[in-house]
Amino acid sequence: MTEQLDAGVAAWQIKESDVLDGREVGRARRRKEDARLVTGRTQWTDNIQLPGMLHVAFLRSPMAHARITRVDTSVARTQPGVVAVFSGADFAAEQGSLPCVWPVSEDIVIPDHPPMAVTEVRYVGEAVACVVATDRYKAADALDAIEVDYEPLDAVTDMTSALDEGGPKVHEAGNKAFTWTFAQGDIEAAFRDAAVRVERTFVQQRLIPSAMEPRAVVAQTDGDAFTLHSSTQIPHILRVMLALTTGIPEHKLRVVAPDVGGGFGSKLQVTAEEVLCLLITRRLGRPVKWTESRSEGNLTVHHGRDQLQRISVAADADGRIRGVKVDLLADMGAYLMLVTPGVPLLGAFMYSGVYKMDAYDFTCTGVFTTKVPTDAYRGAGRPEATFAIERMVDELAAELGMDPIELRRRNWIRHGEFPYTTVCGLTYDSGNYEAATDRALALFGYDRLRAEQADRRAREDPVQLGIGVSTYTEMCGLAPSRVLGSLSYGAGGWEHASVRVLPTGKVEVVTGTSPHGQGHETAWSQIVADALGVPFEDVAVLHGDTSSSYKGMDTYGSRSLVVGGVAVVQACEKVKEKARQVAAHLMEASPDDIEFSRGEFRVRGTGTSRTIQEIALATFAAHDLPDGFEPRLDADATFDPDNFSFPHGTHLCAVEVDTETGATRIRSYVAVDDVGNVVNPLIVEGQVHGGIAQGIAQALFEEAVHDADGNLLTTTMADYLLPSAADLPAYTTDRTETPATTNPLGVKGVGEAGTIASTPAVVNAVVDALRPYGVRDVPMPCTPERVWRALGQARTPQRTDGGLS
Amino acid sequence: MPRISVTVDGIRYDEEVEPRLLLVHLLRDRLGKTGTPIGCDTSNCGACTVLLDGRSAKSCSILAVQADGCDIVTIEGLSTDGTWHPMQRAFHEEHALQCGYCTPGMILAAIDLLHDDPDPSEETIREGLEGNLCRCTGYCTIVRAVRRGAREMSRDQEGAATS
Ligand code: FES
Ligand code: FES
Repeated sequence: MTEQLDAGVAAWQIKESDVLDGREVGRARRRKEDARLVTGRTQWTDNIQLPGMLHVAFLRSPMAHARITRVDTSVARTQPGVVAVFSGADFAAEQGSLPCVWPVSEDIVIPDHPPMAVTEVRYVGEAVACVVATDRYKAADALDAIEVDYEPLDAVTDMTSALDEGGPKVHEAGNKAFTWTFAQGDIEAAFRDAAVRVERTFVQQRLIPSAMEPRAVVAQTDGDAFTLHSSTQIPHILRVMLALTTGIPEHKLRVVAPDVGGGFGSKLQVTAEEVLCLLITRRLGRPVKWTESRSEGNLTVHHGRDQLQRISVAADADGRIRGVKVDLLADMGAYLMLVTPGVPLLGAFMYSGVYKMDAYDFTCTGVFTTKVPTDAYRGAGRPEATFAIERMVDELAAELGMDPIELRRRNWIRHGEFPYTTVCGLTYDSGNYEAATDRALALFGYDRLRAEQADRRAREDPVQLGIGVSTYTEMCGLAPSRVLGSLSYGAGGWEHASVRVLPTGKVEVVTGTSPHGQGHETAWSQIVADALGVPFEDVAVLHGDTSSSYKGMDTYGSRSLVVGGVAVVQACEKVKEKARQVAAHLMEASPDDIEFSRGEFRVRGTGTSRTIQEIALATFAAHDLPDGFEPRLDADATFDPDNFSFPHGTHLCAVEVDTETGATRIRSYVAVDDVGNVVNPLIVEGQVHGGIAQGIAQALFEEAVHDADGNLLTTTMADYLLPSAADLPAYTTDRTETPATTNPLGVKGVGEAGTIASTPAVVNAVVDALRPYGVRDVPMPCTPERVWRALGQARTPQRTDGGLS
Repeated sequence: MPRISVTVDGIRYDEEVEPRLLLVHLLRDRLGKTGTPIGCDTSNCGACTVLLDGRSAKSCSILAVQADGCDIVTIEGLSTDGTWHPMQRAFHEEHALQCGYCTPGMILAAIDLLHDDPDPSEETIREGLEGNLCRCTGYCTIVRAVRRGAREMSRDQEGAATS
């Protein structure tokens, strides 16, 4: 038992007491956030109760596609406790259209997206009416009394046939939203006379992000200004977009993200319910609350992935990759939401992975279907790309009869070659794929497991062993405003921080990031403690409320530390400069002669010093400051990086596959990640673990399933299989540290790495186990049934593809 | 309307409730015990777990009327005199939470698990917590926390026995 558990413990031990030369950064601090979370003194949006508060319930379309011919709310209005009932027609004049801020091409079709459907519904779950009542039960009861007549239209559920001429249309303009292309190098030449060409089609199934906290919204107004509490990742972006959508002036709208129970991209959205709750409170003048049920959420929170990837790789006989060609269909769902069309573009530059090649060609077509829209879900575009290239490299290895690690070594960017500009045009600043891979191989016991695999194959053991490799990198830390602009994204990628030094020397940090589980209160405190030499405990971090944090770009895309954390560092530098002026004045020295270390300003070569706390008090009193000195140490900074950051790593997965039942069991999982310098190893490990779990979930368990009429069949947690503790293995994790050269902290971002890395590692392992049976792919999720079916096509063991024996 | 009497975190409440009112809504909406969250509507996630007469129960799948006469402990009632329960400390120490939404349910389910097996193996813990879903942690740190909590609880008990 102990041995088993130890396999899940990080290879290096994590102790808070490990003293790192007095520095906070790098220390495994236990989180400040935990105190309220483990005692239940939380502020989830649904906890909010206000005097006179009303509850909203939505009536949702039971049809994937239909014309609304009549909505009768008259009976519902007479139900007990009902204050108001609205249909789409009631909001038509004021509800505007939900925003899409990423028009990826000139000719993109961005259909009107009314928060509440007025004339037509285009997915099951779209809101068609709502009840506002005195409690949540009464609101739900009265929904039954609303009558809606629908005239059914054809559902469009399959991306490929959606593009056929003459088929049913989701929108008047047709089912194609856009086509976006990108090419570098001579792809024809790369494929012409290539010794080996491998082509595959992979299905990135639709996923439901499933943050544990369902969405909730509370809206209130005093008749002039509005406050919206929402379970969101993006209070700042939301404020801007809601102001533009509803016409409520930005300065009259406060948005608060209180405690938020996970997001994973699903709360990176401007939702219909947020807009409608604001409109309802504006009409009724009373505070309103809406909290979704899980089933409602599965139907209406945007989904993730859902791409069809056709990918080909050309290589020389020695395994050198010459080029990669990708043709992608991406299911947009029924509308384009906040960044829906941009998701595949975030992957477009990652299909070359860690590899050098001569040419690359990418085409992506966004397709409308009558399903809930897709949008960002952990990794957003990059997991799809990484899956495809890492699966292909394993396929190529099988084709060549080469060890997949060896094939990777022949193609990856070597440590000495950084900074390296890839075929996709990205400049990877730093990395050490050799180091991470060597460490992973050692922890995994690669050779031993290969020997066991050979033995099982020789014995024709019904339980086969597969080994999957994933040497991933990703681009994150979203990020450079200029690059985002060049990709037609509607906003920048900077981040803001301000640092306030209080009279007693305590420090308040206001950040524009909006954590919902990532531990920024702890990590930012560590950064500030080092920068200003104040105790960790003396730092408070304020976030998620536009009235205290007026400026920010929020949390997604593994950006918070690499952009927001650096803004904190820069603000601290300014504080220190001001304090140095005051210190020099008080000690009658030149500012140039002042040294700063661990919270003390010292006159060089003397014993005279002042602490930063003394300077804070002196600045507060302002009796004796340098001439013309503004009496405050506070400072702020807005940081806009020049480049993305590129975490990388090597994940290895061993899976046992029962060839008789199709059941799979992850035997061991090793992840060695390089996320640059680490502020808090405990938080990093947590992010890696959670990421791996979500990636494994895509590989083995999760899929949003629709029937031919466009009904979602996986509406509950009983149907949509989120893995439990019993379904997942222990992970062995370790790190290599190659500092990023593009920011002063040397950090790279870790929020999505695990998810991006793990899915191909697991599927590669499953396929590797079954290669002797002629299996070359198992569609995700690799359920026992799917594995068994894949096997069914070739039950007899046979040598194929020159696969490893 | 039926009248019920329940004790929640040491305080007795006499309430008139609709027969269909869920216990979790009584706790959250009526009694202000918002430490107990709701994560689903099919009794799958375990976020709403409380101790009902000492054993863990999903408060979303029990009617308030069924809890009549019961003693309920929520996450808010677990600390004594401001001192955290060893399982709360263990979750903090082992970084067994990120967003914390599943945490109240996890902690209470873990405490219940130790009733049956005070020194559970990793496998027992994983299976015992199958009804509690976490989307953030990947569960390893939760498993570590439960083992740490178990160790500290048995140490506390030994301490109590010898003193
Ligand atoms: S809320 Fe009770 S089990 Fe999910
Ligand atoms: S910590 Fe977020 S769901 Fe468990």
